[in-house]
Amino acid sequence: MLLREVEYARPGSVAEAIQLLAGHEGARALAGGQTLVNVMKARAASPDVLVDLSRVEELRTISVSGDTLVLGAMATYTQIMGSSEVEVSRPILGEVVAQIADVQVRNRGTIGGNVCSSDPTNHLPPLLVALDASFTIRGTGGERTVAASDFFLGVYLTAVAEGELLLSVSVPASGNAADGFAAVTIGRDGTCIVSAAACLDDDATRVAIGCVDAVPVLVQPERSDPESIRGAVTAAALDPPADVHASADYRRHLAEVCAVRAVQQASERGR
Amino acid sequence: MAEPSTSASISVEINGEVYEREVDARRLLVHFIRDDVELTGTHIGCDTGNCGACTIQLDGQAVKSCMLLAVQADGAKLRTVEDLANDDGLNPLQQAFSSHHALQCGYCTPGMLMSATALLEANPRPSEDEARTAIQGNICRCTGYQNIVEAIVAVNA
Ligand SMILES: Cc1cc2nc3c(=O)[nH]c(=O)nc-3n(C[C@H](O)[C@H](O)[C@H](O)COP(=O)(O)OP(=O)(O)OC[C@H]3O[C@@H](n4cnc5c(N)ncnc54)[C@H](O)[C@@H]3O)c2cc1C
Ligand code: FES
Ligand code: FES
Repeated sequence: MLLREVEYARPGSVAEAIQLLAGHEGARALAGGQTLVNVMKARAASPDVLVDLSRVEELRTISVSGDTLVLGAMATYTQIMGSSEVEVSRPILGEVVAQIADVQVRNRGTIGGNVCSSDPTNHLPPLLVALDASFTIRGTGGERTVAASDFFLGVYLTAVAEGELLLSVSVPASGNAADGFAAVTIGRDGTCIVSAAACLDDDATRVAIGCVDAVPVLVQPERSDPESIRGAVTAAALDPPADVHASADYRRHLAEVCAVRAVQQASERGR
Repeated sequence: MAEPSTSASISVEINGEVYEREVDARRLLVHFIRDDVELTGTHIGCDTGNCGACTIQLDGQAVKSCMLLAVQADGAKLRTVEDLANDDGLNPLQQAFSSHHALQCGYCTPGMLMSATALLEANPRPSEDEARTAIQGNICRCTGYQNIVEAIVAVNA
């Protein structure tokens, strides 16, 4: 397919990337391209300038700092699957990215692109909300850190404003917490019809549900038994979209099912 | 390439040969490979990242070449299906595809071979499950996959 004419630049540092993004109208970051190139083919978006982040090495690192796992925005799914830091600090991340699409997509797709595209069917937004991740964003005005609950603003809309760059995603190390993830997908490892991620920490239960609203819906049941989970999901009064894969009613049902499964997986691990 | 431009001169190694070309920033890598370099073994099935017919290796990793811009491959080493056959003819993977009837129309085959090649390089004796996972991003409308999986598992069995 022929793309609309576009300019391309490949900065070598974060400072250069921000300069390019902030200095050119219609500039957009290009990460793995596994969403953006398709969006450009469909002309659903037509950036004027692509700022290719692939050579900004500092965005690729995965490190542990104290009790926090810090994932550079350009860390690919394949890299996350093979990371010993992830395996030790928060293994659920490696397990979930291994369920995204296929080998080729996992070789290119990045954590930063996954969250910045804020597609309601993507795997990582609900997971990162359940894990209470935080997001470090930098622009010409400086750097700030945003909580997961304030990061996802709508479909394809996040706290990363025009001209800004997502630098990294920080996830607390597991500590006493146990995590789970469950989804009903279109075929094995396909697009999610509904997904749910759960984190059980001491007495708190956090469940984030994907595909039922523009952004993940966080529910915090009092207890972690199936009845309490179902009750909490019902109380959230979900108003999910309907499409060829599921009616709104069926998605509401799946939300309960996935939430219970994700919590069960977490509590089995927590024992 | 720190200043934005609608085209760039790139240097890409494909199957051991270096190509230096001026390309439009909007040119997809698969078109560069097929139309500029005229290596037409790499196919286009869907042009949306779903079918895997355009799979090549980029610096040793299987990727879908319809989901990259040619300019992104600047400085990279690419490998396409044309690189598989050796002087004696088909390589062992291709031979296994032939003897297991792992292709019918053959449209998906270049992509299947490149996904399988990446798998076998990392894991020479894959299980059936591992073979299935490796070709999950490759759609075949003819064979029903069974013979493809058998062929991949048989290469170094
Ligand atoms: C066939 C197929 C199936 C898929 N199935 C799934 C699936 O089941 N689940 C799933 O979660 N995903 C799926 N995806 C999407 C995939 O995970 C993408 O990789 C991901 O959504 C985007 O990541 P990317 O690195 O490719 O980003 P890109 O496509 O390069 O970018 C996406 C958006 O994020 C912006 N962006 C990227 N990085 C930054 C940054 N650091 N700072 C600011 N903005 C940034 C870009 O400007 C762009 O708007 C699928 C993709 C394909 C092709
Ligand atoms: S043509 Fe690239 S995935 Fe189908
Ligand atoms: S052999 Fe025809 S699509 Fe696979």
